[in-house]
Formats: sequence, structure tokens, C-alpha cells
Amino acid sequence: MARWKNTLKWSDVTPKSVFLNRRQLIAGTVSLAAMASPAFAKLNYTPDTADADLELNTFEDITNYNNYYEFGTGKGDPAAYADSLTTDPWSVVVDGMVDKPGTYDLADLMSGMTLEERIYRFRCVEAWSMVVPWIGFTLADLLGKLGVQSGAKYVAFETIVRPEEMPGQKYSTIEWPYREGLRMDEAMHPLTLMTVGLYGEVLPNQNGAPIRLIVPWKYGFKSIKSIVKISLTDTMPQTTWNMLQANEYGFYANVNPEVDHPRWSQATERRIGGGFFADRIDTLKFNGYGDEVASLYAGQDLAKDY
Amino acid sequence: MTLAQRINSWTRKVPAWLIYVIAVLPPAWYFYAGFTGNLGPDPAKTLERDIGKLGLQVLIGVIAITPVRDYLGVNLVKFRRALGVTAFFYILLHFLVWFILDMQDIGRALSDIVKRPYILIGMSALVLMLPLALTSNNWSIRRLNPKRWKNLHKLTYLILPLGGLHYYMLQKLPGEPLIYLSVIVVLLLMRVKWKHWFAPRPQKA
Repeated sequence: MARWKNTLKWSDVTPKSVFLNRRQLIAGTVSLAAMASPAFAKLNYTPDTADADLELNTFEDITNYNNYYEFGTGKGDPAAYADSLTTDPWSVVVDGMVDKPGTYDLADLMSGMTLEERIYRFRCVEAWSMVVPWIGFTLADLLGKLGVQSGAKYVAFETIVRPEEMPGQKYSTIEWPYREGLRMDEAMHPLTLMTVGLYGEVLPNQNGAPIRLIVPWKYGFKSIKSIVKISLTDTMPQTTWNMLQANEYGFYANVNPEVDHPRWSQATERRIGGGFFADRIDTLKFNGYGDEVASLYAGQDLAKDY
Repeated sequence: MTLAQRINSWTRKVPAWLIYVIAVLPPAWYFYAGFTGNLGPDPAKTLERDIGKLGLQVLIGVIAITPVRDYLGVNLVKFRRALGVTAFFYILLHFLVWFILDMQDIGRALSDIVKRPYILIGMSALVLMLPLALTSNNWSIRRLNPKRWKNLHKLTYLILPLGGLHYYMLQKLPGEPLIYLSVIVVLLLMRVKWKHWFAPRPQKA
């Protein structure tokens, strides 16, 4: 498959000066020490230069409105508590039907990967959405490097379990670790991104540092954060929300305005960032990436394989 | 003097209208924070959720007033009407925020009321609160006669579990709503006149 070209661009992008809030900078309330810390380290990447009319959400919105139950179930909990997570050193276990299994240091896992910026729509299953400038490399490139064996049909992922650094994990709200998975063709799709950065900088902890998955045509819960394990398997892996409520959250979880969540409509979404009067907009099938991914599901009944 | 007596003598001096003054503060703060960008990235949703939850909490407080008097000796009955009206005011605001800022469209709101059980349940609770709010005055008590008025206001025992159920059904995880539901169930069970039900019935000769 050809390398993916974006249709969104920086044209109407909120200037960085706005998301860092120039006034706060001048007033000195954003400490320079915080900005110089590794968490704000710059990345070298290929900018996304494609063309579209979507407006990016601000860095502030993207980093203060998160579902990351490892830090608590409130949307503000990750921003409040994620600082405590140690993301360096970080290692990722690669196992299963793969030529080069092992425990990889993050730098080794990423070596040889090309960092690209990808401006993607992000649609939560709770019917809100954002537009985010991620930075990462394709999962396809990583799997190519690791060597997928012929029998492998799925990729399974796990989030770190570290209750001493993740206050939400002290409660069994969900069965830790958080688990997600993709079918092999989904994993190999050029849109599927192993993400390490946001807005030109290293991924903030509340967004899933140091490495997370982004699958832009699926509901946000598929895009697992702070990954410590990647397994190649021949059976469909268990996934966290499906384990919790199988009738509400399927394995595929493709964004689909025609298939409602049993308790709420998925036909529209509220685009975060407009304050009290944020617009409700129509949800796009496959979150607007139908041209690229609809063929993966040819012949599948999406009302059944939700 | 016991603690209960001390609280009672103190509350005797506090006028009930003070509740209304205090009641205005949370929504006023939410609107101020929302319009000044201090209510997070999704202020409408935050207001909708928080004010609904506050309404449920105040309503739980209303139903707790009698057991608190009977079991703890603390008499807060004089505040009950003001608290009930406050709960209604919060839940009405919760509905308006949902309708105007969240749904943004009559057709969409109506179709959700019909299609989504949790919204239908919440709407029923709000509609049932309406006659209670409208009759929360001395004139209505006289007009209806106190006994009928009291029976009408027993609708609260239905409204509260509906509200708790509504909250339970809309959450992705049931943790916190289950606590609310348990408190509601316990408070309702305390209102059952067990002696009346289990006392030996007089036998007919």
C-alpha cells in the first residue's frame, strides 16, 4: 500500500503562541524550567504539509481533557497526576509470532524509524472529538523491522501496570493491564501510527507517553497508551472495554454514525474547543478515513462487527 | 446540651431563605468560570454533569432530613422546602444545558428522549418534579389541603430513585453511581413504616 498522504493541514492551525498562552509566558507563570525539561524536548520529524480545512485543537485542550483511567476516571485526572509516571527508562516486550522477540529499550525499538507528523481527527466513543497533530512512525514499519511470522493474524498491546505511579490503578475499576488489539491488516495500514510526540514535542505523560498507538478511524479507546508489550498472535486478543461491556464495545470499534452505542447516539459529536458553544457536528464514517480503510471491512456487517 | 440540641438552637436562628442565596452561588460560579475559560476544554459538558449531580445530591439531602431528625435528633425540617426547590432549580438547569448547549437541536433532543432509556428516565423525573416545585408554597398547601399535598409530595420517593438510575445508566463505569444508588435505597428503606407492615393485624371476631 502507498504511503499515506494527509488531507488536513496547518493552514488554520491555532498558533503555538496561543496554546502556550503568550500572556502567561510574559507573566512568567509558565515556568521556563518546565519548558526546558525533557518532557518538552523537541523532536525531529517530517511536518504534515497536506491540505484541508480542519482546525487543530490547542495543546492545552489536548493535554487537559483525557481519558486515562490509570490516573483516575475524571477528564482532568491525567493532567493532574500523570507527572508521577517514569517514562525513562522504558522498555517494551515484543513476543509471540515474531522473528525478533525480546525486551527492547524504547530507543532501540525506535531506531531506524522515520518520525512523521500526522494531523488526525480523534473521535472518542463518548461522542466528543478533537483534531491533533501527532508525531510518530507507522506500526507497519515497526512490524517490518521486528519480522512478523506468517501465521500471525493479530497484534495485541498492553499498557504499563505501575500502581505506585498510577493512582487510578490502586482501584480495580478495570482489570489491569489495559489491553487492546488490531487485526493484522489494520496494524499494517499506513494510517496506523506508533505515536511518540504531539505538537512538535515529546508526548506529554497524560497523552500516553512515551509511546502509544493512534488508529484514527477507530474510537479513541483503541488507541492504547504507554505501551509496554506488543504480542503477535493467531487468535483475536482480549480488549479491555470489550471485556467490560461486550454489548457496548466491540473489538473493531470503527467510528460509525450508523451504529449507535446502546446508550447514546453516535450520529454526531461535540468538537472540543469552542467553549460553552462548541459545535455539534456530524460524525463521519470511519472518522472521515473511509477512502483509506473501508476496503479492509468489505463483506463484514459493521452493525454486527461493531 | 447535646450536639444535636446545639445544632437545633443554632438552626432556629438561621432563616430558610438563606438557602436560596447560597443555592445561586454554584451555578453563578460555573457560568463565570465557563465564560472566562476556567472550566476545562469542554465547559458545557462539565456544567451539565456537575449541576445534575449537585441536584441529585441536594435531593438526597431533602429525603435525609426526616431520618436525620428521627435518628440523630437534628431538626432541619424548616429548610426542606428551600432545599427541594433548589434541587429542582439545579435539575432544570441540567436539562436546559443538555438541551441548548449539548443537543443544540429540538429534533435531536426529542429523538434521544425517545431512543435513550436513561434520558427518558431523567426526563420523567424532571416532569414529576414540576408539580412539586409549583406547589412548594403555603397557598398550595392550604388549597390542596395538607393531607393531599403531603401525598402529592411523596412523589419524591419515586423521583429520587429515577434520578439515581439515570445517573447510573449514563456512566461508562458504575462505581460512583452505585454509591449514590445505595444511599438512595437505604434512605428509602428508612422511610418504610416497618412497624405498620409487620404489626399483628387486629383479628375480626
